[in-house]
Amino acid sequence: MTVLPIRDDIFRLWVYLSASPLFALSATLGAYLLALALARRLNNHPLVNPVAITIMLLATGISLVGEDYQRYFEGAQFVHFLLGPATVAFAVPMAAMWSRMRRIRLALAVGLIGGGAAGAASAVLTAWALGASHETLLALIPKSVTTPIAMGITEQIGGPPSLTAVFCILTGVVGAVAGPSLLDNFGVHRPAVRGFALGTAAHGIGTARAFQEHPEAGAFAGLALGIHGLVAAMLIPLIVALWLKLV
Amino acid sequence: MLEGLLALLVFQLIGEGFAHLLHLPIPGPVLGLLGLFAVLRARPHWIERLRPTAEMLHGHLALLFVPAGVGVVMFLPRLRAEWLPIVVALLVSTSVGLVVTAWVAHRLAPEPASQPEDES
Repeated sequence: MTVLPIRDDIFRLWVYLSASPLFALSATLGAYLLALALARRLNNHPLVNPVAITIMLLATGISLVGEDYQRYFEGAQFVHFLLGPATVAFAVPMAAMWSRMRRIRLALAVGLIGGGAAGAASAVLTAWALGASHETLLALIPKSVTTPIAMGITEQIGGPPSLTAVFCILTGVVGAVAGPSLLDNFGVHRPAVRGFALGTAAHGIGTARAFQEHPEAGAFAGLALGIHGLVAAMLIPLIVALWLKLV
Repeated sequence: MLEGLLALLVFQLIGEGFAHLLHLPIPGPVLGLLGLFAVLRARPHWIERLRPTAEMLHGHLALLFVPAGVGVVMFLPRLRAEWLPIVVALLVSTSVGLVVTAWVAHRLAPEPASQPEDES
């Protein structure tokens, strides 16, 4: 008899707290700090990716307590909002690096165009060959571009932006996890080039990984992410429109 | 720190405004990035004033992807239905993109001059 009112109170408290951003924000920050601590304990090994761990912790937690994603996102959007200013802020390392990269500017530009095109084309081709749906194909095209820009591109070409966000995150995690050893295998040791490739292929999550490796790698990753975003935002809608007109 | 944040927000605002008014297919923050980049090239001493804010945001860049990333739970049915093409496409294309970028840049880039002004 006495148990019921207490449970009722807890339930009401839960309803109150989950309606305010407090719960989503604390859960997001808490899970992230936990993932960072874990990654640090394992010497920032590429396999222990903080973003992937945080997302898994939160996704599991949310389904365990029966919270739905929309409500979670309403609270966590304050963190999500900062992606905009963070994108603008890439102007800072870009401007700082600009004169230092004079000698390798052309090499990086050719690498970015080649790598960006090869990445997008191979994504669509493999997924198409294995029978992916039309929506999935469209959402895959900009997946190497930084998430906020990629979502805008998918919207432009008529795909589902939220699915692109998921592909972007997964791409970022794959690049950050597999990238370092791939680059080692191909004998790419220069921090500037490693960072630039990580930023081109795995956008912000690759950039976060590059910062873990070397500050110069991080700055070049930010540079690559910014330029790739710009070039892709201008070219992908054009190319897709042309392609759809041809077929 | 605060003036840096204000500068970033104002440039994003200008970018969003332009994108909206001119119906540009480029997202607002990217136009803001371009604008700020042009200003920083013209006024390099602003770089140091903005650096603490930029470093704060980029130091925890990974965190900013989490709310969108948790959205993966909404797409579990689709991911389950199309897991094979999605997994293969993501693994293949990300590796291809990374290796092509790195290899081309690595091949074309001249050897680094013996450590130029190393200050980042």
